[in-house]
Amino acid sequence: MIDLLATTLTYVALGAAGWATVLAVVNRPVLPRRWYGLGLLGVLAALELGLLAQTVAGMVAMFNTDRQLDKLSFAGYLIGILVILPIAVAWALAERSRWGPGVVVIGSLAIPVMIVRLNQLWEPHV
Amino acid sequence: MSDLAARTRSGPGRLLIAVYAVFALAATARSAVQIGTRFDEAPLAYLLSAFAAVVYVVATVCLARGNRTSRLVATVSIVVELVGVLAVGTLSIVDPQAFPDATVWSEFGRGYGFVPLVLPVLGLWWLRSTAGSGRAAP
Repeated sequence: MIDLLATTLTYVALGAAGWATVLAVVNRPVLPRRWYGLGLLGVLAALELGLLAQTVAGMVAMFNTDRQLDKLSFAGYLIGILVILPIAVAWALAERSRWGPGVVVIGSLAIPVMIVRLNQLWEPHV
Repeated sequence: MSDLAARTRSGPGRLLIAVYAVFALAATARSAVQIGTRFDEAPLAYLLSAFAAVVYVVATVCLARGNRTSRLVATVSIVVELVGVLAVGTLSIVDPQAFPDATVWSEFGRGYGFVPLVLPVLGLWWLRSTAGSGRAAP
């Protein structure tokens, strides 16, 4: 795994979750026509691109390594991590209340958890 | 009728469904890997994982659809979920040998921050508070 990328993605995801939490607290829906909504969607789009790069890099690394690795789970997490944010955003945009950004909080927090699991699978017994 | 569906998936319900969806995805993927690669190691635990996955998927879809029939199915599956997490949670502590590998519901969902224990309670509360069967508007 590319540690730098994984660490960066973790912080960006936590940042997006924090931003969405603020929106939920001050009772603002995810509105693409307002700067706070558009900014959040921009960060999430960048995060998704980074995750896509991680998936490609992770797959390449998986096929080029000799180490013991639960390849099915590893590939599952690499692919599964890509579906979270698009679904969360679609689900959040349909909500015109603070619970919309709440959905983004859940989706964003799932990303670091999955990255931790990816690292555990890559580095067994750590 | 569509009013009921909109009510079920709006507000806190939207967040609840999102959490259910995360668990549906996690449980489905986990049990697919378990059954696909090492079913013989712990058949009971892996069948339970698959069962839990089905329950989460059904609850997620039915809460999101939210019409009268879907809500009924959702209620039944969430009750099953509550009974499941309580039964498996208790069994996994009383008789750990029966569960050589963890399921979502082992030790009351401890591996998932006890969310599996809280989720069905919130689900039933939400279905109840959005029911409003024509008597009094909430």
